[in-house]
Amino acid sequence: MEAIILQVLNGLDKGSAYALIALGLTLIFGTLGVVNFAHGALFMIGAFCAVTLSRIISISHEVVDNTQTDFLGNPLKVDVPYVYDWFGQATGDALIDWAVPLSILFAIPVMVGIGVAMERGLIKHFYKRPHADQILVTFGLAIVLQEIIKYFYGANPIPTPAPDAFRGSFDFGAAFGFDPNVIIYPYWRLVYFGFAAIIIGAVFAFLQFTTFGMVVRAGMADRETVQLLGINIDRRFTLMFGIAAAVAGLAGVMYTPINSPNYHMGMDFLVLSFVVVVVGGMGSLPGAVLAGFLLGILESFASMREVLNILPGLNQIIIYLVAIIILLTRPRGLMGRKGVMED
Amino acid sequence: MSKLNLTRRGVLQTGVVAGAGLTLPTYLRAESHAGFTNAPTGDTVTLGFNVPQSGPYADEGADELRAYELAVEHLNGGGDGGLLNTFSSKALQGNGILGKKVEYVTGDTQTKSDAARASARSMIEKDGAVMITGGSSSGVAVAVQALCQEAGVIFMAGLTHSNDTTGKDKKANGFRHFFNSYMSGAALAPILAANYGNDRKAYHLTADYNWGYTTEEAVRTSTEALGWETVATVLTPLTQTDFSSYITPILQSDADVLVLNHYGGNMVNSLTNAVQFGLRDRMVNGKQFEIVVPLYSRLMAKGAGANVKGIFGSTNWHWSLQDEGSKAFVKSFGTKYGFPPSQAAHTCYVQALLYADAVERGGSFNPCAVGEALKDFEFDGMGNGPTLYRGEDHQCFKDVLVVKGKENPTSEFDLLEIVEITPVSQVTYDASIFGGELGACNPGA
Repeated sequence: MEAIILQVLNGLDKGSAYALIALGLTLIFGTLGVVNFAHGALFMIGAFCAVTLSRIISISHEVVDNTQTDFLGNPLKVDVPYVYDWFGQATGDALIDWAVPLSILFAIPVMVGIGVAMERGLIKHFYKRPHADQILVTFGLAIVLQEIIKYFYGANPIPTPAPDAFRGSFDFGAAFGFDPNVIIYPYWRLVYFGFAAIIIGAVFAFLQFTTFGMVVRAGMADRETVQLLGINIDRRFTLMFGIAAAVAGLAGVMYTPINSPNYHMGMDFLVLSFVVVVVGGMGSLPGAVLAGFLLGILESFASMREVLNILPGLNQIIIYLVAIIILLTRPRGLMGRKGVMED
Repeated sequence: MSKLNLTRRGVLQTGVVAGAGLTLPTYLRAESHAGFTNAPTGDTVTLGFNVPQSGPYADEGADELRAYELAVEHLNGGGDGGLLNTFSSKALQGNGILGKKVEYVTGDTQTKSDAARASARSMIEKDGAVMITGGSSSGVAVAVQALCQEAGVIFMAGLTHSNDTTGKDKKANGFRHFFNSYMSGAALAPILAANYGNDRKAYHLTADYNWGYTTEEAVRTSTEALGWETVATVLTPLTQTDFSSYITPILQSDADVLVLNHYGGNMVNSLTNAVQFGLRDRMVNGKQFEIVVPLYSRLMAKGAGANVKGIFGSTNWHWSLQDEGSKAFVKSFGTKYGFPPSQAAHTCYVQALLYADAVERGGSFNPCAVGEALKDFEFDGMGNGPTLYRGEDHQCFKDVLVVKGKENPTSEFDLLEIVEITPVSQVTYDASIFGGELGACNPGA
């Protein structure tokens, strides 16, 4: 029982990342009809927004400490962050400690800007082109973006820890009457799940309860009619691209304490997220979220030692197996709409 | 019915490709060349530095390249001479190799065997490299070593830790200065037993490739010999980034030690995940839960941040060593680049100098003469104490460092502290235990 609860928890946080990326992918596909293979790169850039803000907050000046020496035997130069000088050491430490949550504020405008620039600068030229062209150009863009990040930040993972308040683990066992020390789950992963739920809820509320969202939904259903009503749907769709980029970016920001970010992390999620979109149903936002969590939990169960002892390697293929089964039985995916990608 | 479209351009292209393909084996045997492959004829000699310049180990590759550039500078008489001043052999005079100025070309292994072979092949065939060196992966090392054997050039391995490189896949033209999995296990086990006791239950997470298998086997065998029990060994895919689903079963087991047979990004992520799940705060069987990382790299430890504190592992060399050789190398490298060298940089620099020295002593660039000069060569002053290049398998035997993540680092480089320098006698083994045949050296022509 404890093992099952743990794997469900594991699946929820993994599913949160899948769901957030797939949600953005679906938003872009549903509005612009573009299959965006650069979406994983947006997740990665979001993570590097956290790295960047963390570095900005930690910008330091050197103070020579004559009591210590460096590796060459010279007096040690100690880095003192400017925030210590400006706000005092306690506040400075708190700012550095909370760099990842603070990065949310930094990442939103950056990611919306990158999304809009990407759509206006490149992707709009491929609206009328076949999906294969869109995939090629966005995949190429993803490689360019990750090489740019590698150039500036290097190839090694960069540790970006959670605030001290969220380090450590919550003992579900002790809290819910099971054996203590068995169902342990890191606080930050619980925060990530909660954060994903809030973002997903906010996107749905935005589309459902605002005039802007209503127009976008109408455009997704029938673009030409909305344009005939005199509404500039292109501008709204461009903004939706920016919002989708921000969703991916925020997913990346909050993921940094879970795994140290590196330039390749977007690619690790990209293919799986596309499978999530296909399983959920192309163009279906609830489908993307549902499939994200479903496949995350299934992948987690398939990684159990008891399962792997019987079927080695199942965890590597479970998502694709499920995708095949669902597409054979429900060709439009779990919640796919009729007519999407069927022309 | 199909129609055959023959064009002049098509025929020419096909002819060129087919001709090149047919000529290649002949070229690699180099029967048409006098002496040996890429025998230097002018007043320069070209070395090929095959390092990961892209891909996940690009930072390690960059450090290797810095070390090679420094080695070339010293070989040509530039800089402060570095380890030439402390090396026990005095054959190198800072006037190049056999009086020829050293030049170099570089290739990008991308940490992919096929790409590494392609770049090595290009440096041999197009650039005339007489020796290939570098790399940050055992898979790449084994693949490039086989190519160099075939092509008739010497391969001086870079960072490769699998037993297989100088075990079952050893070649007469290949030489490794870096230590291996067996040595890590033999050096680590007594330290682990001394610190954690003989009654321990270990759970292994192992990267699912050649290096992972040999490292797991080495640590498992060494620790079991001291009384530890191995509870489980679980293979993890090389592409895995989130190890949470592999960590949670450990919570249900009665294991009290986790051995992470992971390197690079795998190690950073699995260690980070294990710490996040509170394994280090856990008490099992009345004992504190512990984590072990058999192969440490300072560059990788940096990625794991504070999570490495107090965790044992092994390493080939560390910049904080206080012997004259290490101090000389740190001074040269640190002055030129502004930070201390990694173990990858050290082994690559040393390999470049060892090759040059062997050429000088052998009096020829001929791979067979170089191989003879390196075989059973004993030397000192290169940062690892007295060292033997064993003739039976072309593996260097020297002291091994057991290190621990530092509790209170004073800088971003000060991440590991040396716990013990394990004497070479404790990590020496019979060359026959890993099988394989060196075969005969291949000079090419």
